Formats: sequence, structure tokens, C-alpha cells
Amino acid sequence: MQPLATGSAAPLHAVAQVRLSAPAEPEIDERSEEAVDEATLADTPWQTIVWNDPVNLMSYVTYVFQKLFGYDKAKATALMLDVHHKGRATVSSGSREKVEGDVARLHAAGLWATMQRAS
Amino acid sequence: MGDDAAGELDGVKAWKRHGRGDRVRYVAVFERPEAQVLRGLMGQVDQMLTGRGAAAPDDELAALTGIRTGPSTPPEDPVLARLLPDFASSGEEDAGELSAALRSVREPELIEAKQAAIATVLATCPAGGGRVELAPSQAEAWLAAVNDVRLALGVALDVTDDMPEQLPADDPRADHLPVYHWLTWLQDSLVTTLTG
Repeated sequence: MQPLATGSAAPLHAVAQVRLSAPAEPEIDERSEEAVDEATLADTPWQTIVWNDPVNLMSYVTYVFQKLFGYDKAKATALMLDVHHKGRATVSSGSREKVEGDVARLHAAGLWATMQRAS
Repeated sequence: MGDDAAGELDGVKAWKRHGRGDRVRYVAVFERPEAQVLRGLMGQVDQMLTGRGAAAPDDELAALTGIRTGPSTPPEDPVLARLLPDFASSGEEDAGELSAALRSVREPELIEAKQAAIATVLATCPAGGGRVELAPSQAEAWLAAVNDVRLALGVALDVTDDMPEQLPADDPRADHLPVYHWLTWLQDSLVTTLTG
């Protein structure tokens, strides 16, 4: 793999594929994607929302979800794809203090996250 | 923002994993201009964060209790505003109050975390370029710091979802975009090596 080099478009093209905003449509099981969201929402008063943005990478966002929340790769990937395709995803929930801490850790990682009451 | 040395940024190899277990290390070799650009951008973000940190209210209660409080309003600078976003979803009825309260409590530690990550990069990336060897915790700090620099550049260059690889030569951002793309490559390479 070659990094950025003048006149060498291939690596940059590869880079474009990993951007969170990339047009790639990876295959994902719709059912498991919804199951993740439902499980995350279960009867709790506050939610952590992660919003799509044009800078954060798909690979990095997936990594952050695994690292911060202990999710396995499949769940982290499903949440990342929700952010990517739907513009947002609920990534954790719980007490106000818990969610506040989750948002702070996501901000430290550079993700665009907010908290709100579960509706 | 930043120097343009993009035309010279062609030497760094992908990150490689060496060793295993507690001894695992992530290794890459940087050319001098690459190290200079990276360190220069880190330094700029670090200075902005320092400036923001200095804007924190300096009250006696904080001095007595050791509990720091930060400003309750978001930064006016768009780069800092992206690095230090509001806490509450804008749709919440008390979003303004909630974000103000949480910002003043949380922002000092957030700035501290971001500056600690930058300090790790500056401590492990030789100014003249060369071999960078990271323990796992250092690699995590690199990911966060490189991401923050990309966020800053993303705001400065107005990066959008459909950003082209190259901008027209008469676009004032054209010279700086390759640095952004290089940082993207650097970060993705490290994530992939870390998780692969």
C-alpha cells in the first residue's frame, strides 16, 4: 500500500472508500440491525446519539464503538452503518450520569454525539 | 491552516504490528516533511485548546475545591466548536441549559484528554522524521489526536460528504486538501492495523 503521492490516485481512491460518508453499500442483515437498536433502547430514560459527519471514518467509528462500549464487531458495525445510512444511531442508553459519561468519551474520541431523553 | 508540504508526503509506509501480547508495538516510518506537517498541525490544535482552556472562569471556589469549571457557552471559533461540541440534542426542550451545565463541568477534562493525546504524538513522533513505535495505549492516543486534527482541517477546508480527491487549482483549499487526505490514510492505516 502506498500513501499519498503526487500523481498517484489509487491510494486516495481507496481512502475515499473508508470515509463515513462513502457511498459504499455494504451488505447488512436488516433484522440484526434493528435488533441492535431495540435492545439498546430498552426502557431507559436517556440515550446517547451519534450523528453522521463528513470526516469520521467508518473504520474508526466502528473501532470507537467496540472500544468504548465493549460491543462485538458485528454490533459496532451495525451501529456505524446506522449512523452512515440514517444519519444517526442510538449507541447506548441508561441513567443520565451514564449517558453523560458516554457522550464525554465519544467527544474525546472526536465523534459527534449528543444525549436526549428516551421518547 | 498548516504548511503545504503535500507534494513531499510520499514516504510513509503503512503501520505494521510487531510482537504480540503485552509486547505488541505498532510501527511506521515517517519522512521528515511528514513528521513536520503532523507535528505542526498537532501544535496548532494544541494551542487552540490551550487558549480555550485559559478562557475558563478563574473562581475562588474552584481554587479551594480543586473542582475546575469551564465556560458554559460553546466556542465561537468553528474549529473549537467542532472539537468541543454541545452535549444535548438540539431537539430537547432544555437543550440550552443542559448543554451549558454539562459543558462547564466536562469541558476542562475533555480539553485535558485531547491535549494528552496530542502530547503523546509529539513525544513519539521525532521532529526530524524516522521510526515511530507505539504501545497499544499510545496508538489509541494517536488515533484520537490524528482524528482531532482531521476534524480541525475538515472545518477549515469545509470538507463535505462528496469531497473530491483534488480541487480545481484556483480553489484556495487545493494545496491543503492532500494533507487532509494523507491524514485520513494515516489514521485508517492505524485503525486497520490495530484491529486487524
